[in-house]
Amino acid sequence: MATVELRVPAAPAHVRTARLVAVAAARRAGLPEDLLDELRLGVGEACARAVALHLAHAPDVPVAMSVTDDAGSLTVAVDDVGPPPSFGAREADLVGTTMLHGEPADPRVPLAFLAGLVDDMTVLPGPHGTTVRLRWKLPSRSAPAAWSQL
Amino acid sequence: MDLTLSTRREGDRTVVVVGGEIDVYTAPKLREQLVELETAGQHHLIIDLEQVEFLDSTGLGVLVGGLKRVRVHDGSLRLVCTQERILKVFRITGLTKVFPIHDSVAEAASAQD
Repeated sequence: MATVELRVPAAPAHVRTARLVAVAAARRAGLPEDLLDELRLGVGEACARAVALHLAHAPDVPVAMSVTDDAGSLTVAVDDVGPPPSFGAREADLVGTTMLHGEPADPRVPLAFLAGLVDDMTVLPGPHGTTVRLRWKLPSRSAPAAWSQL
Repeated sequence: MDLTLSTRREGDRTVVVVGGEIDVYTAPKLREQLVELETAGQHHLIIDLEQVEFLDSTGLGVLVGGLKRVRVHDGSLRLVCTQERILKVFRITGLTKVFPIHDSVAEAASAQD
């Protein structure tokens, strides 16, 4: 099991830092290229949400993210110190309607968006608030087919 | 620079060409540009996303905010985007039903509301 851990200041400028690290770690773990965009977007949303929560409740506390390569899965976990989420619009396709008829920066939007983007997305009680966990299956690391031809 | 913006006129429309990443950090810059255009009386906008490498929900919110503002003046906001990675974001959120999305600035400029 290999884990990359990162703590960034609760600042919008560092959401990109978290995205870059997560993509680098995921690429190293063998996540297929066609899933890297999904991971980049998912990590961005989870970290942006955490940064907003920290700025509101604990601005001096860094946001923690881990990327774990374990037993055929890649897991990204983002811990925040916010209160438990209120599950309003969980359906991603309501995000557009919520933005259009309500407030574009509605705080329910990031989780609803994540739910539609990443198949395996869970929000759990975290060490000091909540943990948003995103998971992808990694391809099995068997020997390339070409070797068996020799 | 994480986000680049440039504007030009195409007939009675204003084209905003966006490049780079639109995320929670850079989206306010795009919002500021759209508000500036609205203040200057430019209510028919075409936003060219062909050079955008990343767009998150904050960026979507800014675009929706822009759409709402031009609608107050009976204006329009059209998007230009052929990149599947960006179109996917609009599809997941149901916003393909809200924004007219075109393959080129020329197509957007000749579209009638």
